[in-house]
Amino acid sequence: MNLAEGVQIVSFGILGVMMIGTALGVVLLPKIVHSAFLLAGVFISISGLYILLNADFVAAAQILVYVGAVNVLILFAIMLVNKQEDYAKLPGRLIRKVATAVVCFGLFALLGTMVLVTPWSLDSTSPAVVENTVIALGEHFFSDYLLPFELASVLLLMAMVGAIILARRDLIPESLATVDTISTSLTLPERPRELATLSSDNEPQN
Amino acid sequence: MNSGIDLQGSFVQTLQDFGLSIGLAKAIWLPLPMLLMIIGATVGVLVVVWLERKISAAAQQRIGPEYAGPLGVLQPVADGIKLVFKEDVIPAKADPWLFTMGPVLVVVPVFLSYLIVPFGQNLVVTDLNVGIFLWISLSSIAPIGLLMAGYASNNKYSLLGGLRAAAQSISYEIPLALSVLAIVMMSNSLSTVDIVQQQSGYGILGWNIWRQPVGFLIFWIAALAECERLPFDLPEAEEELVAGYQTEYAGMKFALFYLGSYVNLVLSALVFAVLYLGGWEFFIPLDHLAGWIGVPETTPWLQVLTASLGIIMTLVKAYFLVFIAVLLRWTVPRVRIDQLLDLGWKFLLPVSLANLLITAALKLSFPIAFGG
Repeated sequence: MNLAEGVQIVSFGILGVMMIGTALGVVLLPKIVHSAFLLAGVFISISGLYILLNADFVAAAQILVYVGAVNVLILFAIMLVNKQEDYAKLPGRLIRKVATAVVCFGLFALLGTMVLVTPWSLDSTSPAVVENTVIALGEHFFSDYLLPFELASVLLLMAMVGAIILARRDLIPESLATVDTISTSLTLPERPRELATLSSDNEPQN
Repeated sequence: MNSGIDLQGSFVQTLQDFGLSIGLAKAIWLPLPMLLMIIGATVGVLVVVWLERKISAAAQQRIGPEYAGPLGVLQPVADGIKLVFKEDVIPAKADPWLFTMGPVLVVVPVFLSYLIVPFGQNLVVTDLNVGIFLWISLSSIAPIGLLMAGYASNNKYSLLGGLRAAAQSISYEIPLALSVLAIVMMSNSLSTVDIVQQQSGYGILGWNIWRQPVGFLIFWIAALAECERLPFDLPEAEEELVAGYQTEYAGMKFALFYLGSYVNLVLSALVFAVLYLGGWEFFIPLDHLAGWIGVPETTPWLQVLTASLGIIMTLVKAYFLVFIAVLLRWTVPRVRIDQLLDLGWKFLLPVSLANLLITAALKLSFPIAFGG
């Protein structure tokens, strides 16, 4: 075993422990903010695993997209909502937790046996080293993975148009906002935006 | 192509001549450039802090620091020592873990980004294939640290500052990345060494700043916003938010934020120099000159001369940009938060997209000048 292999094994161990630990933290911690911050740890350790697999561009893209955008948006959502609510004790909390644990361990056992049983066609010879991963990725995107690539871009475009229409209030007809403020069981527990000042005398503020 | 001085090769060779195995020799070499880079970055910050104080003083017709050392050069060291010995206060209602992790998450990615800053053909910690993209993705970790610091302080001003910082760096990351992408398209590589190589050969005329007149302005504005320098220092706007996300911090944790912001400024200036000002290249093409007067490229004294000139040129360009940033601080008034976001999303983003398209078109029509 030379220096490079030793470094790879040690960093794989560290990354694995870090990923499992942070992932357990995301699920088990009581405070949602801590979970959200630990999610960044999960993403960073996944990107470390990509580096161990020689996928340097994917690793950097993982950090940029998941840590820099997705996780920051999750944090934004948590911090801007700021809902002051004390969680009531649920009846039968212990049973729920035990049931969840049983289901999770069942899934884990299922996946574990799947991994152990499947005859993986492991190639003992190391594959040819890709000199420039960016070029290889681009060639794959525009040849054999063209359809998924284009579909993903159309999906992103649709999401962007939707977000812009939601953000621009002038595109939504005014009549929608002025129809009713009768709270049914389906109404979200949120103050209606424009009508809050107009109808504050006869509507209870929630 | 002659690759200049290869320090790693000669170091490993020397150790092997002493009878060490090649793995051990490489293991001894590995930490040296990293340590050198960390020390260099920290010393660079001390210089920038001193420069900022002196230039600010000159801009306001004051003298500035003058008692600590000649011309006050030791003033940043004195500041640093003071911050090290200051009491480390964690507010009673703060979240101690997040409060401690926040500054660390802000500082570490900035220092990591120094991996890809080249000072010469072989004078770079690693020449990665993804080079400049690594810088962009690492700089996207910092908002998490800022949000963490702002949230953990349990203070309205801190939370507002943290949210502003994150919003600002998310919105200016996109024009920044798009203007870098135009450069990458012209040099056909993400590696910083290749980007400098592509600008070499014609002296000052070959630098990317002439080929990307819009791109470099977008990059500079976005880089200033990412560093939270004054026209865009909304996250810590004193008049509105006390000090933003660093309100509750004291001692070494505050020093980490302070260090992080100045390291980031120097880093942005270095990256600007690499992308647009030809990196380590001199104003005139030195190797051509050496060829004309009949000195072969492999002459040892010429290699030492070009290598040291390369380091000096990179630093001179970077510190010139830092000087401009300090002057801008005392020239331009601070923008409001809505103006800031409008500028980022409604002006810089379309302009940088158009710049990218025009660069692509020029690359197709004039492949000689735009790196076809």
